[in-house]
Amino acid sequence: MAISSDPRQVKQICFDRIDIPHVNTLKVAREHGAYEFLPTVLKDFDTARIIDEVKTSGLRGRGGAGFPTGLKWSFVPRNTGKPTYLLCNADEGEPGTFKDRDIMRFDPHLLIEGMIMAGFALGVKDAYIYVRGEFLHEAQVMNAAIDEAYAANLLGDDILGSGYSMNLTVHRGAGAYICGEETALIESLEGKPGRPRFKPPFPAVEGFYGCPTVVNNVETLATVPAILKFGGDWHASIGIPNNTGCKIFSVSGHVNKPGNYEVPMGTSLKTLIEDYCGGLQHGSVPKVVIPGGSSTPWLTAEHYDTPLTYDAMMKAGSMLGSGAIIVMDETADVVALSRRLAHFYAHESCGQCTPCREGTGWLKRIMNRVESGQGTEEDIQVLGDAATHMAGRTICALADGAAAPILSMLEHFPEEVRARLVEKAA
Amino acid sequence: MSAESICSDAVRFSDERLAEIKTLVARYPSAQSALMPVLYMAQEDFGYISMDAQKMIAEVLGLRLMQVREVVTFYTMFREQPCGTYLLEVCTNAGCMLNGANELVAHMCDSLGINVGETTPDGLFTVTEVECAGACGGAPVVQVNNAYHEKVTPEFIDALITEKRAEGAE
Repeated sequence: MAISSDPRQVKQICFDRIDIPHVNTLKVAREHGAYEFLPTVLKDFDTARIIDEVKTSGLRGRGGAGFPTGLKWSFVPRNTGKPTYLLCNADEGEPGTFKDRDIMRFDPHLLIEGMIMAGFALGVKDAYIYVRGEFLHEAQVMNAAIDEAYAANLLGDDILGSGYSMNLTVHRGAGAYICGEETALIESLEGKPGRPRFKPPFPAVEGFYGCPTVVNNVETLATVPAILKFGGDWHASIGIPNNTGCKIFSVSGHVNKPGNYEVPMGTSLKTLIEDYCGGLQHGSVPKVVIPGGSSTPWLTAEHYDTPLTYDAMMKAGSMLGSGAIIVMDETADVVALSRRLAHFYAHESCGQCTPCREGTGWLKRIMNRVESGQGTEEDIQVLGDAATHMAGRTICALADGAAAPILSMLEHFPEEVRARLVEKAA
Repeated sequence: MSAESICSDAVRFSDERLAEIKTLVARYPSAQSALMPVLYMAQEDFGYISMDAQKMIAEVLGLRLMQVREVVTFYTMFREQPCGTYLLEVCTNAGCMLNGANELVAHMCDSLGINVGETTPDGLFTVTEVECAGACGGAPVVQVNNAYHEKVTPEFIDALITEKRAEGAE
């Protein structure tokens, strides 16, 4: 690995090897440090030390919730007599998010190495990568890398003579956004429709087939090898306290150079958009920025300088989420965008909770009316009421995600919505 | 297969597939976990997952038909009906919408003379709109039979249609 042991020099962690040609092959990956530190971990580290390093690192889950990874691992009960499972969440379906795809298709061995280390810490014998169904190519790249890893005794029985054994299987989803929710993912991996489960019990105690289960995002697991190699303190010195390390931001929408950019946490939104993404397509300040995927509340120009951290985004009234930044410049039609997102959430609601199943349908139908100039003042009232009453009243957070764009639109652009009503259009 | 088998003999996995399924099942704590991968196999082998295929899969995995039905109908990527030789799936979610996806769909439908969700009379093309494909940096995104194409232009679509029609005519 070319990552510097001096945390002040570190600009990237997960994307360190991303531009190296053919680094998806074991040979090239190994030439650039893949699996170099693994024998040391298997020989000299134990569960307590690994969990301790990850806790010290301050690493927070990169899938969206930002839960401290080391803490999540520490919840797994030991000696239950049941197997412990490790599931990698590669369902990546939050509109705006496309970072895990690049790790899998360009540097699959980084994810595999992270999973072996996590699996070793948790005493896992069987691990799975749940990849969204559309990512067929990514699943094929992962499978080819896994085959190479088995052949090199990096997976399977008695890994590198350490006595530790782990199997790794890629499992494809089939086009259901809800399966990115960890308990829906578990249901799906059990061969069922992806309907989220009530929590508690949390997966750490009762997950896949009722056994202790850890579900971690791709980027989270891909950060583990660097943390164990350089130490938890090293990682904790990158970024800012409580928001440590680097983070991949998937930037899309009205920017000149959309794409994935990994930067130290704390970099400002404006710096990311102007220095990395080539600025906006039109104008100098964004009309709307959705900072953490389509389910997170919108920010406007006043928050353009916000540092990209979990805490600062929350203070600004939104969430860092998965780091999926959707940017809209002055040309954007916020009503059309909200209508499209309302359609998305109605389509993806699993249907088990009434407020979500019915509420997403209401939001979609009303937004269709409003966008096409058929809406009324009463519709605006109902939009706000429905969105408010859905959020927080369901098993999972999909309803909250569906409410966010509607409430943001009503909060920031009420005049644009009213301009579309039937009275005005007539 | 037992004498009281409920499915027609028309839809059967090959012996190679059955061997593959046996290996697959061993990777999971229970055969039910192999259902989604086995449904993909059926779709690959038969083009779509008919009711006969679903009955056959239920037998192969030792599941009730309803357990198969509810998975087939829950997930959008499992198809119970045949589609065109080329399935064109256009993402029209946020990132793609902001970069011309709706205009792209309109162009595609105009060029092919069909509506979204329909198949051309020659059976060559089906156009559908899909939810976020997870490649927003390359918006607008079109999947052609599962292969991703990014920053797609109307010209790319025209060339694709011309090329596939020429191949189809051969």
